[in-house]
Amino acid sequence: MNLGTRKLLDRSFTALGIGSIVIMGMMLLVVLVPIVFNGVTANVFRGTVEHRKLLYNEFRRGDKAELQREIVESDAVRSKAYAMLDQFEVEMSSMDEAKQAEYQDKYRQVKESLKALLGPRPGGDIPELTRYKYGQTRWSKAEEKLHELLYEKQWDYSNPDAEAKEYFVSRSAGFQGTSLVKLFPYVEENLDRMLLPEWTIYWGFITDSSIDSHIFGGIWPEIQGTIFLAIGAMLFAFPLGVIAAVYFTEYAREGFFNSLLRSANSTLAGVPSIVFGLFGLAFFINTLKVSESKSVLAGSLTLAIMILPTIIRSAEEAILAVPKTYREASLGLGSTKWNTIVTVILPAALPGILTGGVISLGRAAGETAPIIFTAAVSVGSAIGLADVFNSPTPALSWNIYNLASEHEAASEIRHVQYGMVLALVTIVLLLNMSAIILRARISKKLKG
Amino acid sequence: MELTAEAIEMKPDTGSTQKSVPDIYLPPERNKVADGGVPHVSAKNFSIYYGEFEAVKKVNADILSKYVTAIIGPSGCGKSTFLRSINRMNDLIPNCHTTGALMFDGEDVYGRFTDEVLLRKKIGMVFQKPNPFPKSIFDNIAYGPRLHGIRDKKTLEGIVEKSLRKAALWDEVSDRLDKNALGLSGGQQQRLCVARTLAVEPEILLLDEPTSALDPKATAKIEDLIQELRGSYTIMIVTHNMQQASRVSDYTMFFYEGILVEHAPTAQLFTKPKDKMTEDYITGRFS
Ligand SMILES: Nc1ncnc2c1ncn2[C@@H]1O[C@H](COP(=O)(O)OP(=O)(O)OP(=O)(O)O)[C@@H](O)[C@H]1O
Ligand SMILES: [Mg+2]
Repeated sequence: MNLGTRKLLDRSFTALGIGSIVIMGMMLLVVLVPIVFNGVTANVFRGTVEHRKLLYNEFRRGDKAELQREIVESDAVRSKAYAMLDQFEVEMSSMDEAKQAEYQDKYRQVKESLKALLGPRPGGDIPELTRYKYGQTRWSKAEEKLHELLYEKQWDYSNPDAEAKEYFVSRSAGFQGTSLVKLFPYVEENLDRMLLPEWTIYWGFITDSSIDSHIFGGIWPEIQGTIFLAIGAMLFAFPLGVIAAVYFTEYAREGFFNSLLRSANSTLAGVPSIVFGLFGLAFFINTLKVSESKSVLAGSLTLAIMILPTIIRSAEEAILAVPKTYREASLGLGSTKWNTIVTVILPAALPGILTGGVISLGRAAGETAPIIFTAAVSVGSAIGLADVFNSPTPALSWNIYNLASEHEAASEIRHVQYGMVLALVTIVLLLNMSAIILRARISKKLKG
Repeated sequence: MELTAEAIEMKPDTGSTQKSVPDIYLPPERNKVADGGVPHVSAKNFSIYYGEFEAVKKVNADILSKYVTAIIGPSGCGKSTFLRSINRMNDLIPNCHTTGALMFDGEDVYGRFTDEVLLRKKIGMVFQKPNPFPKSIFDNIAYGPRLHGIRDKKTLEGIVEKSLRKAALWDEVSDRLDKNALGLSGGQQQRLCVARTLAVEPEILLLDEPTSALDPKATAKIEDLIQELRGSYTIMIVTHNMQQASRVSDYTMFFYEGILVEHAPTAQLFTKPKDKMTEDYITGRFS
């Protein structure tokens, strides 16, 4: 091959390499940017006076006097809207039957919309569910609800071949000629004075328990559950994995049994995680009965089984990478095999072993399938450390799925879903980052 | 002064191969060592196999205590194999086994009840490539003593200093004992390895080409060190460098294809080799 072609080949390969890295980076950005952007809105948003009421009532947080003042201020603006409702009701009662029937339903919708926006009307019955006790706590959501108050969604079926299209009709048009017409522009113009939005940083999203299944409150039970499960899995899998790796590399004699074990280990690494979940249910809960039903313990054990092959393999590789000369030096000084392993080989292999361990920890934190049957519940409060043996726990991975697909108000709590995703991604990234730092530190110490 | 070689079977001098040995190999005069010269390691029909392959063949030899014995021979002739068999480092190689007998202080090295860990404490080894642990200088030296149960800080400090002084390294590193040993130069690392071995107070020191990775200056230091240690330890050194063998050793063993061809006082082996092959080798007619 002549020099020109060779250079050209070199160059095109370099370009190819850089190209693929750039594409990968962009993909990562495409995934991460929306997660971060939307996830942050769970913590940082324009909170309304309803949010502050909620914080005070549920967590006793916030300045009572200030809140009182705000309530008085917003109620003053709201009461005019309520007065308009009352006025219309009086007007309606004087209409004839047919007219009344015509307005009845539309008026009910208006009242519902206003209630969704501002919460239950003061002086009325206090609803049972917390979610109905407050109006919109987030300004962005309030704006959506305002739109629902102002416009009615309808479907256009005129073209039978295409899917029906949605379109909006102004509600105020439906009340033309009545006193209620005034309500719509009034609410539209004065909504901010009714809700008093303020930029809020709600750290409680991370540290609070959820209220009324994630309609309000934070995700601490999930974060804590994820941490418990991941650390629990590590407690079992890490020592076991390192011991197994030491056995494979130092003690096992080559032979049928050994190669069987090795291939079993490799196979295990490729088994889909849902299989581990079912196995965990069948083995740990139904057979061994480590707990009566789902529990953190059972979930940790299941996750441990799942990450064990990875830990074994990375530890094995790390141990094999320790220079033979260290072993010779130690044994030559009259050290026993065991002592050599503990004092020389494992310390030298530590960076590799830890890296594998932390990456597995990240995987344990993120997996959903193994904990569905063994540990996860959709809603629950944070459990105490003593409860891990018999209590299930909510966990980020499972609840992300659950909130996005099975929650009765899934579309109302997108910010919570994104917040959970961001929390999970952050936990995993932090773990991986600490692995890198730890590795660099130990390697540096070993190199001198 | 003429060296005594009671334990070495001397064949009658044929006198046929005297003239061709170059002068540079003329060994320096050497004094007799006090209370040394008894067989420390003896091989009797000792063979070492890698699987089917007989790497060392039916060796009969006595290594005399407190003297320096050099092992020379072409590459692949079994020098390392023989040396490593003395403290059973070959145990690390899965299919390696031995026949015949190897005695150390009258005990069978490969005996059923021999504790190879204890054996290695008494027979220390320094390898071709310096192999300090990735730990501090202090911890490197203290590794062996700690292993054998010494925990007291003062005692350890004493041992570290004594060992480093013996290895002629103390002056260079005394102010940075807590620094990582991998930061030392190659020659310093090798002397550190010697010191580390000395710290467990072995009786025998096995050196497998200890200077082949070092520059001439560092090599000279190691050679001086061997002279210092001669008389206190039984030393065996594998070397490719004939001048080194003649400079540092009292006895020399010449191996060829696993066979111990000649084993004689260095002065004799280098000036009046009895075997034609030995002569050819030291005069550089083959390698
Ligand atoms: N682990 C092993 N398995 C199989 N054969 C081996 C092994 N180690 C060495 N041998 C063989 O045994 C013979 C002697 O090897 P040895 O390393 O003792 O030679 P040497 O004299 O030290 O050579 P060099 O001067 O190159 O170090 C060689 O033929 C070598 O190929
Ligand atoms: Mg060798």
